[in-house]
Amino acid sequence: MTARTMFDRIWEAHVVAEEEGEILLYVDRALIHEGSSHAFAALKRRGQKVARPHQVFAFTDHYVPTSGRDRGIAGIAVDEIRNMVIAQHENTKLHGIRLFGFDDPAQGILHIVPPEQGITQPGMLICGADSHTSTHGAFGSIAFGIGASDMTHVLATQATWQRKPKTLRITVDGELGFGVAPKDIILAVIAKIGAAGGVGHAIEYAGSTFRRMSMEGRMTVCNMSIEAGARCGMIAPDDTTFAYLDGRPWAPKRGVEWDAAMALWQSLPSDAGAEFDREVMLDAAQIEPMVTWGVNPEMAGAVGGSVPDPKNAPDERRRSDWAMALDYMGLKAGMALQDIRIDRVFIGSCTNSRIEDIRAAAEVAKRGKAVVPAWVVPGSQTVKRQAEAEGLDRILTTAGFEWRDPGCSLCTAINGDQLKPGERCASTSNRNFRNRQGPGGRTHLVSPAMAAAAAIKGHFADVREILK
Amino acid sequence: MQPFTTLNAIAVPMHEANIDTNQLCPTRFNKVPRGPKYREILFYDSRFRPDGTQTEFMLNAAPYDQSGIIVADRNFGCGSSRETAVYALYEFGIRCVIAPSFGDIFAANCAKNGLLALTLSEQECADIRRQLQDQPGAKISVDLAAQTVTDVAGKVHKFEIHEVRKRCLLEGLDDIARTQQYAAKIEGFEKGYYKDRPWLTARA
Repeated sequence: MTARTMFDRIWEAHVVAEEEGEILLYVDRALIHEGSSHAFAALKRRGQKVARPHQVFAFTDHYVPTSGRDRGIAGIAVDEIRNMVIAQHENTKLHGIRLFGFDDPAQGILHIVPPEQGITQPGMLICGADSHTSTHGAFGSIAFGIGASDMTHVLATQATWQRKPKTLRITVDGELGFGVAPKDIILAVIAKIGAAGGVGHAIEYAGSTFRRMSMEGRMTVCNMSIEAGARCGMIAPDDTTFAYLDGRPWAPKRGVEWDAAMALWQSLPSDAGAEFDREVMLDAAQIEPMVTWGVNPEMAGAVGGSVPDPKNAPDERRRSDWAMALDYMGLKAGMALQDIRIDRVFIGSCTNSRIEDIRAAAEVAKRGKAVVPAWVVPGSQTVKRQAEAEGLDRILTTAGFEWRDPGCSLCTAINGDQLKPGERCASTSNRNFRNRQGPGGRTHLVSPAMAAAAAIKGHFADVREILK
Repeated sequence: MQPFTTLNAIAVPMHEANIDTNQLCPTRFNKVPRGPKYREILFYDSRFRPDGTQTEFMLNAAPYDQSGIIVADRNFGCGSSRETAVYALYEFGIRCVIAPSFGDIFAANCAKNGLLALTLSEQECADIRRQLQDQPGAKISVDLAAQTVTDVAGKVHKFEIHEVRKRCLLEGLDDIARTQQYAAKIEGFEKGYYKDRPWLTARA
């Protein structure tokens, strides 16, 4: 028998039919949000019903306000934004879809809540109406984002037409350095392979560094697979995965169910000797806290470094891209990253708003006072409650940070939370694209600890110096 | 879906790599229902100043306000899964993007909306962009059935496309209609699948 990858194993278990190399794959779970209004409009035009409503889960996250929630949906000031939230309630009710809505005690981001609820499980094929659906691969599932047309298709048929991507294994071995976070690993990976480095590939993250990593950290890494150009990223399930799942609402119950699930889950990891189309290796010990300086996630460097000079770019194309990036970001070639002063801090998003992220930020925050406006936006009500039970909210607010309600907030800047033109933000989100956090806004991607460090210093700083 | 067969149109060169979906359609416009409004939304933050006045961005003026094709660099359409990026291109009149590589989800979204995202080599894309730079407003031709691009100099470039995607684009075929013939197969699949995974049918 030939050795198989985990990706191949899960893919093959979901094949329904094939047409000249296009595969019809069965979808275990579909994840949608307020923006899926385009898919519901298409269903309506076609007079089509949702085929398997119990396999579709909806989340109010993108358009939800992160303050003043006590005023309810009616309190959303902007008509168009409020209408997105109302339309989602109506559409999900009409089609019988479980909505983690505005007032739900488990409300939160579509890549935070399904793992918390046990909706995300190993071996699944998950489609989400959002590119960061790659997050769910942290459980050993194939999970990827799709557009509105493909989501309409999934809602109507519970299946999706896809072509099989190539496989890329990214191996990171060794112990992470003090003060270095999973976010720094994925930023280092993208800096190494480039923002298009994973195009056409499914990534499997392997190696001892991931084996030692918590589920929260694994989700941060898989989340940004799309920023490397890959539609999905995955990590083999292990005891850490199983312990995380145990007892969650949608997870199999202890007993016969659990044992049957475990038998399947334990059979998933890639066989020894399985071949990947490409291999990339990194040494964990070499990875340092990272800061992006440009307008896509590959434009990143270690915190001790400086803004590169376009004159030293490896080729003509990057010379002009770097020059354009520095112009937009308002940075001088050669300046130390730690000399970049910031105007705001955002700790949140589907990349970094889990309990460990809040803990990491609080650990740094207790060593100083925020000197710029610094928001902490937990990823879900569950995270928020847990953080409050641990007293993290008080540590943060005492240090001058603002503790807000769960949602996508300033990562995608469509709920009204946004930067002013020219404002510079240290952000734990995933995209530093131009205008992403608001027209003219300037985004630097960092880990939660590095964001908190920037908040108390007013400029980027090496979190290892602060924590030592 | 509007079929795509052949196209002869003004092509606009875009030299920058990694043009992301947030540039094509800033996220704050994602809530706009599909329709002609998207013509103005394409590259909004590049085309308009905060006060709403137009910038010098090339799509704002002749000849490029009539563009039907974009010739770009690698990783065009990287970023979000939002189809609004495709709606914006389509409403502006863009029916074809030529680049050395695309964001995977963006490319899939194009195919589902009658927009041809086709791949030529980095060198070919750079050559065509240079021609267009030298002759602003020049037209190039795309023939999907023959899988060819004819550049400004009349040189013919062959491109690859998956057979199924080609047929769907040529005929304007919709995936959902195609999949309905597999309805019984999907149900049959589910029987075997859930027999092995009974815990998945449980609801919290």
